[in-house]
Amino acid sequence: MAKILAYIETRDNKIKNNGFETASTAVGYAKELNCECEALLIGSNVSESASSLGQYGIKKVLIVENKRLEKYSTTAYAKILAEVCQERNADIIFLSATSMGRDLGPRTAAKLEAGLAVDCTELKSEGADIIATRPVYAGKAYIDVKINSSIKMYSLRPNVFKSIAVDDEVSQIEKMEVKLVDSDFSSCVKEIVVSDEKLDVAEANIIVSGGRGLKSPENYHLVEELAKVLGAAVGSSRAVVDAGWRPHSEQVGQTGKTVSPSLYIACGISGAIQHLAGMSSSKCIVAINKDKDAPIFQIADYGIVGDVFEILPALTEEFKKILSN
Amino acid sequence: MKIAVCISQVPDSTTKVKIGQNHRSIDPGEVSFIINPYDEFAVEEALKLKEKYGGETIAVSVGKESVKETIRKAFAMGIDKGVLIKTDEEMDSYSIAKNLADVLKEINPDIIFFGKQAIDYDDSQIGTLTAEFMGLSSISVVTELTIEGNNVTAEREIEGGKEIVVALLPVFICAQKGLNDPRYPNLRGIMQAKSKPIEDKQPVYTGNKTEVLNMKLPKPKDKGKIVGTEPAAVHELVRLLREEAKVI
Repeated sequence: MAKILAYIETRDNKIKNNGFETASTAVGYAKELNCECEALLIGSNVSESASSLGQYGIKKVLIVENKRLEKYSTTAYAKILAEVCQERNADIIFLSATSMGRDLGPRTAAKLEAGLAVDCTELKSEGADIIATRPVYAGKAYIDVKINSSIKMYSLRPNVFKSIAVDDEVSQIEKMEVKLVDSDFSSCVKEIVVSDEKLDVAEANIIVSGGRGLKSPENYHLVEELAKVLGAAVGSSRAVVDAGWRPHSEQVGQTGKTVSPSLYIACGISGAIQHLAGMSSSKCIVAINKDKDAPIFQIADYGIVGDVFEILPALTEEFKKILSN
Repeated sequence: MKIAVCISQVPDSTTKVKIGQNHRSIDPGEVSFIINPYDEFAVEEALKLKEKYGGETIAVSVGKESVKETIRKAFAMGIDKGVLIKTDEEMDSYSIAKNLADVLKEINPDIIFFGKQAIDYDDSQIGTLTAEFMGLSSISVVTELTIEGNNVTAEREIEGGKEIVVALLPVFICAQKGLNDPRYPNLRGIMQAKSKPIEDKQPVYTGNKTEVLNMKLPKPKDKGKIVGTEPAAVHELVRLLREEAKVI
């Protein structure tokens, strides 16, 4: 009999959207595989967050709390996740493919001798197995992966799986103790520096991206203004990052971030294959470019063939009008 | 200081992916292979450390005989010597990490660099897996690194910010773009690369945990709509986004 453990990520003891996505996905597969499902939260004070998981159908939440766990430590968190998994006899672990999940996943997998399918965009149950689909080559292709170890781990790409609130129940919380010693914190986060409230492309529901068509870094305010009106994150093509106009944390593409927002607006981006790879799984793509033959139009749902310097301000104004109503 | 860099060979990022006949991997036919772009940041950081503290730099890779070309690229940048764990088998991240850990234990480095992920399978697992197999700490997605004595401080990129992470040597560092500007090999480096030694090793571990059943291309998208060519077209565009695509 299988048993699912969902690791729900917290930062500052709070659950972000990816955590609810993981919870809903775990609950969904527990139903499909007709098995038990528990969630795990790690932090310094997570019981309030833990009880909110009831709304997503999680009946039981395990929490491990300790002052030293307030911030992430790869070694300590992996030890806890692995020990809780073993103690609860779980054999399927779900977590998010966030920067934390991508770090925590492999370390835990090594401890549990488990196979790990990273950054899954689709899961399918086939008998007792779960077949994971995940992008490779930044989304130029997809692979179906089967895990053959006795414990199986899946990390889920944020923004792809749905979080579904099902009822108002409060989950039952069980405190667990994991013995931690100094050496378990051999690497740990001392401080988190948040970049001035800027939304990250990896988490955003809407992204407005700029490319070389903007001609100079001074013109980037056109992109930023549209992003602001839409509550969107600002993205960039590799060309403008390599030119030093924009920070690499904004880069979308094969050597940047791979994103799947609901709406991606590409401004003055021609659409080099390595950029397309990183954003083509967006649900809706808008391209604004003056070259009608630019490859970006091949994958855009809607395009305007025109000058970004004229179109962008007009588009920002139009959205302002509509969204203020 | 003994500095190891684990590198991999990947198809160039301009590659148009064609599925191979086995339906489980790409057709390598017209693909040109390069050193994984993130590994270049790893190599550069290793070279900078050697310039500062002295010592030796060793590149380690897993794969076919032809991967030696990629090791020689690292040599041309300045890496001193190489080890190739030679195999024609398909290995998953778990197996590769097991074999790397085995070789790295023998090398016993003070610091080990990886690229944060390889741009072929985008798995971003191997560095952290290998660290755990060796019982060492690791910091992934590193954009800045400071080493003073045994103390390591790194900036790690996270969603919407960064973490300042502290650890002690020996440590694994997985390099992200922004860590440094990788140098271009000069002619002297390229000439010297030919004579630097590469040691062959046999893999000791086989036993993949994951199996690729199938590789497929993304579903082709329907041809989009050109809404217009004038600024006035934005009105129609916004209407479509709201009423047809329903994304606003």
